[in-house]
Amino acid sequence: MPEIKNMTLNFGPQHPAAHGVLRLVLEMDGEVIQRADPHIGLLHRGTEKLAESKPFNQSIGYMDRMDYLSMMCNEHAYVLAIEKLLGVTPPRRAQYIRVMFAEITRILNHVFWLAAHSLDCGAMTVFLYAFREREDLLDCYEAVSGTRMHATYFRPGGVYRDLPDMMPKYQASKWHSQEEVDEHNADRCGSLLDFIEAFTERFPGHVDEYETLLTDNRIWKQRTVGIGMISPERAIQLGFTGCMLRGSGVEWDLRRKQPYEVYSELDFDIPVGKEGDCYDRYLVHIEEMRQSNRIIRQCVEWLRANPGPVIHDDHKISPPRREDMKGDMESLIHHFKLFTEGYCVPAGEVYVPTEHPKGEFGVYLISDGANKPYRLKVRSAAFTHLSGINELVQGHMLADVVAVLSTLDIVFGEVDR
Amino acid sequence: MMSNSNEHFLERLRERFSGKLLDAHLHWGQITLELMPENLLEICLALREEKEFAFDQLSDVCGVDYLDYGKVDWETRDTTSTGFSRGVTEGVFGKEAITFPARFASVYHLLSLKHNRRLRLRCFIPSDPPKLSSVVDIWASANWFEREAFDLFGILFEGHPDLRRILTDYGFIGHPFRKDFPLEGNVEVRYDPDQKRVIYQPVTIENRVLVPRVIRDA
Repeated sequence: MPEIKNMTLNFGPQHPAAHGVLRLVLEMDGEVIQRADPHIGLLHRGTEKLAESKPFNQSIGYMDRMDYLSMMCNEHAYVLAIEKLLGVTPPRRAQYIRVMFAEITRILNHVFWLAAHSLDCGAMTVFLYAFREREDLLDCYEAVSGTRMHATYFRPGGVYRDLPDMMPKYQASKWHSQEEVDEHNADRCGSLLDFIEAFTERFPGHVDEYETLLTDNRIWKQRTVGIGMISPERAIQLGFTGCMLRGSGVEWDLRRKQPYEVYSELDFDIPVGKEGDCYDRYLVHIEEMRQSNRIIRQCVEWLRANPGPVIHDDHKISPPRREDMKGDMESLIHHFKLFTEGYCVPAGEVYVPTEHPKGEFGVYLISDGANKPYRLKVRSAAFTHLSGINELVQGHMLADVVAVLSTLDIVFGEVDR
Repeated sequence: MMSNSNEHFLERLRERFSGKLLDAHLHWGQITLELMPENLLEICLALREEKEFAFDQLSDVCGVDYLDYGKVDWETRDTTSTGFSRGVTEGVFGKEAITFPARFASVYHLLSLKHNRRLRLRCFIPSDPPKLSSVVDIWASANWFEREAFDLFGILFEGHPDLRRILTDYGFIGHPFRKDFPLEGNVEVRYDPDQKRVIYQPVTIENRVLVPRVIRDA
């Protein structure tokens, strides 16, 4: 009888299913996982330490690079923390714009999650479909902030600028005829709000397409039902939030339980799962996309009816208008002070949690009264979710590790910070 | 969560843990309890177990180094002939002496799903090296958070099952988030074509502070 020993398998850090740079050391008994030990930190950039060396506003751009699939949601928590310390409330229109973009970001994130999750489980088509929707939403990002990913659009006191009245259009080239281009531009003839509204009209149909491909698919169910199960008690104990917690049947959503911005005025439902396995979490994600779509529609309607300022008018924290600077000495001084020194934030500390697409994204900010944060701590959902992976994969087969990893919705920019 | 109920809850906490807290206060609608390491486990266990608190989730553990708190590069009240010059040298001026019970602290953010309430605990760690008990047996989510605080600040958590570095490189020396650790680090890596491998060497870049750190009382 030969002696059989457990095998240690190294997964990653350069592996397409590792969602970035995760090194996972797996102790295997044949095909069965005995223990999983994630090694993280390969993307650690010391963002929190860097933030200590810069004025508050200069770190907003770093927040985009935390979870680079839900950029504006990261900014949101950081900006809310600064506003709380400053005691500033942004204008209503800015709050609606932020909520609308937070929900657009949620769809961006969930669509990508679905794409990657299904690809990891062997379904290629969904991946291609998902990128069709991402393209439209990234165009919204571009129209409003000038960039497709790292927007730096939310600012303490509001947003960088109001929604544009026109969308950029495709142009004919030797590869795309005028007819083709006109078809692409059909939704782009009006304002950004028209474009978003047109998107919300077709999006539920697209979600139906994903569901046709996956929800009753036998292979999909075999790959996800009963995989990575977690009980609600254990999920709470392990610090799980977001879809990971709702998938286990705990109705906990910060947008509803501890509302911030204008979420308390909006109408939406919180989906929950029953079993706490990968399949239930998939259903929760799908329903959340539909709910986000609903929220966006309500925001569009409100924003159409209520024009107004989009940033706080205290020029100690938000820049004055460019035109004013040309003639008004005070505006010029404000501009100079703001962009050289920044603003001082009263001494104190706040923890601001937000319902990020991946779970609770909290920013803990300590200020000693200076123009730079004294300590910034980002509590990312994916970090805690990944810390629980050992319990989720124990006793499963090697191929299920990939399914569990992608159900966790981890992004290394956020895990490693 | 109304502010009234927060004040009421703060009173209740003061009453329940009287004599064990250094301070308890409410700012920006958030309650903070300050305590010393010897009472940490007892208070945490009570906060989780007792029905009126029921803090069943630990959202975050955060190490803090209070070494430079209130210190600035530039004195803003009087004109000085020293201090910040052309964005290269750092001068350190103290504001008022702000004293803390210890240099290091570990900050816990608790969440009660049942009562929809949050609470912050700050545990000052006077020992050198900083050492305090791990709460991993009370909340399992503390595991990686404590590893992170150990890695970045060198806080030792006694009773932690697996206190390894988590975010920094294998074989890293030092604790990078301490205030006396330079922003640009101590070593850098590069590929050495002679030795045909990646080597570590002392950093060749110099940190330039472009925006001085100032405190202005508006």
